[in-house]
Amino acid sequence: MTDPRANIPSVVERTRPVKAGAPVVAAHFLGQTAVFVLGEGALVLAPRAGEARSVPVHGGAILSSAADADRIVTGGDDGKVVATDAEGKSTTLATDAKRRWIDHVAVGPAGAFAWSAGKAAFVRTAKGSERMLEVPSTVGGLAFAPKGLRLAIAHYNGLTLWFANAQSEPERLQWKGSHLDVVMSPDGRFVITSMQEPTLHGWRLADRKDMRMSGYGARVRSLGWSVGGKWLATSGSTQLILWPFQGKDGPMGKTPRILASTEVQAEVVACHPKQEVVAVGYADGLVLLVRIEDGAEVLARKGAGAPITALAWNATGTALAVGAEDGEAGVTDFG
Amino acid sequence: MSDKVPVTVLTGYLGAGKTTLLNRILSEPHGQKYAVIVNEFGEIGIDNDLVVGADEEVFEMNNGCVCCTVRGDLVRIIDGLMRRKGKFDAIIVETTGLADPAPVAQTFFMDDNVGRKAKLDAVVTVADAKWLQERLKDAPEAKNQIAFADVILLNKTDLVDPDALSEVEARIRGINPYAKLHKTERCKIALPEVLGRNAFDLDRIMEIEPEFLGDGGHHHHDHDHDHGHDHGHEHHHGGGLKHYHDEEMQSVSLRTDQPLDPDKFFPWVQDLVQTEGPSILRCKGILAFKDDDARFVFQGVHMILDGDHQRPWQPGEKRESRIIFIGRKLPEAKIREGFAGCAA
Repeated sequence: MTDPRANIPSVVERTRPVKAGAPVVAAHFLGQTAVFVLGEGALVLAPRAGEARSVPVHGGAILSSAADADRIVTGGDDGKVVATDAEGKSTTLATDAKRRWIDHVAVGPAGAFAWSAGKAAFVRTAKGSERMLEVPSTVGGLAFAPKGLRLAIAHYNGLTLWFANAQSEPERLQWKGSHLDVVMSPDGRFVITSMQEPTLHGWRLADRKDMRMSGYGARVRSLGWSVGGKWLATSGSTQLILWPFQGKDGPMGKTPRILASTEVQAEVVACHPKQEVVAVGYADGLVLLVRIEDGAEVLARKGAGAPITALAWNATGTALAVGAEDGEAGVTDFG
Repeated sequence: MSDKVPVTVLTGYLGAGKTTLLNRILSEPHGQKYAVIVNEFGEIGIDNDLVVGADEEVFEMNNGCVCCTVRGDLVRIIDGLMRRKGKFDAIIVETTGLADPAPVAQTFFMDDNVGRKAKLDAVVTVADAKWLQERLKDAPEAKNQIAFADVILLNKTDLVDPDALSEVEARIRGINPYAKLHKTERCKIALPEVLGRNAFDLDRIMEIEPEFLGDGGHHHHDHDHDHGHDHGHEHHHGGGLKHYHDEEMQSVSLRTDQPLDPDKFFPWVQDLVQTEGPSILRCKGILAFKDDDARFVFQGVHMILDGDHQRPWQPGEKRESRIIFIGRKLPEAKIREGFAGCAA
């Protein structure tokens, strides 16, 4: 069988390998330092120059992570929320009183962050004021709105929108089923959840109109917005699925753009921060950079190994961090 | 080739002895490490490093089927535990006394992430020899747990006399004749009888025969004749066990020497589980298709079916198809008629 991608442009040789040594579950950048989150308690910091090193941050599994410009915030099964900076210095931000698992974390504007344990969601501002909201069932995912201290909390049978610094009642958006990951569009007009079944659900916040985005072969475990929020890129298929959000109706009544077809599942997507390009990581270790406009592809990693589990661009889009389930990782430099 | 972590589901009505069994599993010197998922409101006193509290959230799936449910908390917890893969050899899920085992089992088939990393080993039900009969009358959950089980520990046998024990055993058999049944005191049992059963593994479906373990541990069953015998009347079996028919929960067993036509069988069984899914708790089958030299095996939970070719029929092996359904108020006549129409 001939490889249909044998002759596409490649940036594989620009990749410097990083030995993560354990399954990678997420990747982030702090400046030029790539940070790989390991399932079991540690971060691997890979600066642009110099050796990568491992920093233990949790006394158990790391269940979730998020990053702003200065720090990686992680939640662990040790009941702790920990922040780690590019130097590898860790600070415990919160400890759950009952030592429950910290299932989800999110970072918000102006140094605010959020976490959840069971049905309880917490928000803390940079000044240190903290509030808690209990939702009807276990939190499936958390996301901050682009502006203001507004948190979207996904759970069973819908979503709760909560202005964490206001006294107003949280808003509830209903849709039957189990809602897991949640993202808000960069313009704040749409909120989208991935569901237990292989489908996405969305709401247009202005009129709470429902949107169903279906047709997936597997549960959607990775989704992200292209620069400016024109497209929502998702995993959940053997292709890259892109839902159009340019118009005022978002993807309602439209079909998605489908690019980068392969034989295996797309596991992770990461949108370039400056250009309409998506990095897609597949179940066989393949990583493609896909231009949305015309579907042109660049090979970033050859597909002959463990599933890709983590992808992240740095803020300027000059480096891509790639992590896999078998502990292999790397950073591709474009600068 | 599977490096999936095996998961044993421990059910049983309140006070039957689940925690006793769990502590026995954790404390015996077997060199195995277990991650334990317990219900938050359950009995405490479990001594283990990896204990996680679950909240038994049963989530319906948006696929139009009321019986398609998963345990949302298990989806989340198993994903989290797998980040520490290597720190334990197997997972034990202890459910509350009121829990339905089906959503737990279905989680392993409905969630691709869980199914990729973990596999259901068996549903083990602990039953209280003294009180089970009462619970079967007043608690539908207790009956569900018996019907769903791969392994049943009839526990606290020291609290009843032999006649009462025989009576409760017959009641269990009236609901589920196929589970392995062990009589225990304080859940004392060799752990290989409970763990590593591979009850949901297609490769391990060897034979489907009722399990009538008599007093001496002998097989007393005599089921070589055709169907129509499994229940419906009370009589004495070889080992002296009464034969009960449970009004609500039954098993239907089908057997034929005639080769089946796959183009008739699959549409029939698909349609059956679609329409009767809520009533069918478990099903299992070994099939001989026309012009097919391999055994086809399948098993299912409610409307989820999992099947594959297993191995070639051995020379001299009787090419016979055998299916069992365990469920609630099963439309037996309709099932038998439909199955009869699947012959090639």
